[in-house]
Amino acid sequence: MSAFDDAAMRDLARSPAHRGARAGLVAGFVEGRQKYLVAALCVALCTVMLLPLVASVLASLKSTQEAAAVPPAYFPHALSLDSYERLWNYQAGLPTYFANSLGAALLTIVFCLALTVPAGYGLAKFRIPGKEALFVILLLGLIVPYQALLTPLFFLFVELKLHNSLVGLAIVHTAIQLPFSIYVMRNAFEAVPRELEEAAIMDGCNSFQVLTRICLPAVVPAMITVSLFAFITSWNELLAALVIMNKDSSFTLPLILAAARQQTSIGGTDWGMLQAGITISIIPCMAFYLLLQKYYMAGFLNGAVK
Amino acid sequence: MQSGKSRYVGLLYVAPALAFVLVFTLYPLAQMAWMSLHNWSLIADKKFIGFGNFVRAWNDPQFWTSLGFTLKYTLLITPILMIAGYLIALLTAENRPLRQFTRSVVFAPVVIGLGASSLLWYWLFSYDFGLINRALIDLGVIARPVVWFGADADISMWAVIASIVWKVVGFGTILFVAAIHAIPQDIGEAAMVDGASYWQRVRMIVLPLTARTILLVTLVSVIGSLLAFDQFYIMTAGQPRNLTATSVFLIYLNSFPYLKLGYGAALSLILAGIILVCTVLQMLLSRRSHA
Repeated sequence: MSAFDDAAMRDLARSPAHRGARAGLVAGFVEGRQKYLVAALCVALCTVMLLPLVASVLASLKSTQEAAAVPPAYFPHALSLDSYERLWNYQAGLPTYFANSLGAALLTIVFCLALTVPAGYGLAKFRIPGKEALFVILLLGLIVPYQALLTPLFFLFVELKLHNSLVGLAIVHTAIQLPFSIYVMRNAFEAVPRELEEAAIMDGCNSFQVLTRICLPAVVPAMITVSLFAFITSWNELLAALVIMNKDSSFTLPLILAAARQQTSIGGTDWGMLQAGITISIIPCMAFYLLLQKYYMAGFLNGAVK
Repeated sequence: MQSGKSRYVGLLYVAPALAFVLVFTLYPLAQMAWMSLHNWSLIADKKFIGFGNFVRAWNDPQFWTSLGFTLKYTLLITPILMIAGYLIALLTAENRPLRQFTRSVVFAPVVIGLGASSLLWYWLFSYDFGLINRALIDLGVIARPVVWFGADADISMWAVIASIVWKVVGFGTILFVAAIHAIPQDIGEAAMVDGASYWQRVRMIVLPLTARTILLVTLVSVIGSLLAFDQFYIMTAGQPRNLTATSVFLIYLNSFPYLKLGYGAALSLILAGIILVCTVLQMLLSRRSHA
């Protein structure tokens, strides 16, 4: 979603789901027996949505033999960590791939914050000549899909010796996230009351001190939102990693799993190991989603899910 | 902070982000246009060929196959996503515990990676090892396992569509629920007093008052589908015979395994043009609604 939806999204954000039960309009089903129909539909829906995830986690806990059985068993007969052990030792080893993914994600967070906290502050609190044009350039990434820019980016990175490097990958992930992050940070700084800054300036603070002492504490929630989205984008991104990382030891988790799926050795695809890998790559996203749901939804409804 | 000097102070704060965009978005964009006019590979010297790459795309059957397949995929999946997302939103819009829980569950796959979910569904749809063939046989729906991926382009596409609907349907649902909640309370109450039935209220009030959100989500979904890559790279690998290689897939194939960077850049530029049209539509839509 692009930041240009801001009007619509601000409308949405203004009446968030937590404002309390809104009976009336959508409450038509609640009377009488229909209540049970709604409940049944909800339970069925939850089952359909959760089954694939449960099946994958269960399959990752099958023994080596059972994971390769035809036809497959629905449930493992005994729980085993064999698949995780094979994943641990696969090629350069799970720790390497996990560290690469984590490294790229953390660098993306650092780059995003380092660039967009000052930019958001500058755009929200200062009169800048040609600000409108500036803003459009900063949001350029919304108009040009990064998928289309990978060919020249790859070329640029070869020249800068940034291919096969986590810094290079994090730069692409930052470029993907930048428009959203700038947008969120600018809105957050705009919401900081002017009186607070004016008081600080009276006390002799310069603009940098106003940023660090007055504004920063107020925009921490927005920084969490920016970090969360940067993490999820970077952790899951496949295409840019595929293009920029072509050395086995520099692969990220999605990349090594995609490679493992294609590798057809004598035993064919190692399904158990694949499920273990899927489980491991899903866990951080799910954990952050559950822990930081509030910030996730804030970013989501605030204008930009890219 | 509004003194004359501060004009440049503000610029100073924006400068790092601006420099980043210039180097890593604007420069590659210009480079892409330049590359698209050349026969350019990493191995041989580059040669200026004018619009040769675009002519080549026009005459390349695979270009049309990929574009056609991408459009077909987009046209089929978008209505499914919108209708399913909206029905789930209607079902779960009310803030009661079970419904809120259902909303969270439906949204959960949105946060996991497209790569991970594609691998998961690649396994579920696998011929020998997949639970879907197993379950369909046990339920008596099919007599023998179905070859979901690699044999038939349409069956492959529908299997991918099933996986993507599971993965992203919650995206629309959450936005639709928020839009439904934004409808002023008194409008609903007036309709209740008038004795309108549930579906009448949905048709006469809820749908028109959330139309803008529906349009915006549709456009976002269309753009996402036009840029589809991960799901096909992992689940079908473009097979059979590159019939399921999407536009982005074709750019990837030409640029990297084949190292035809100039041709890849031309294909990128064409795709960027198509996406631009959608984005402009989206911007116009949200601008107008702002007024």
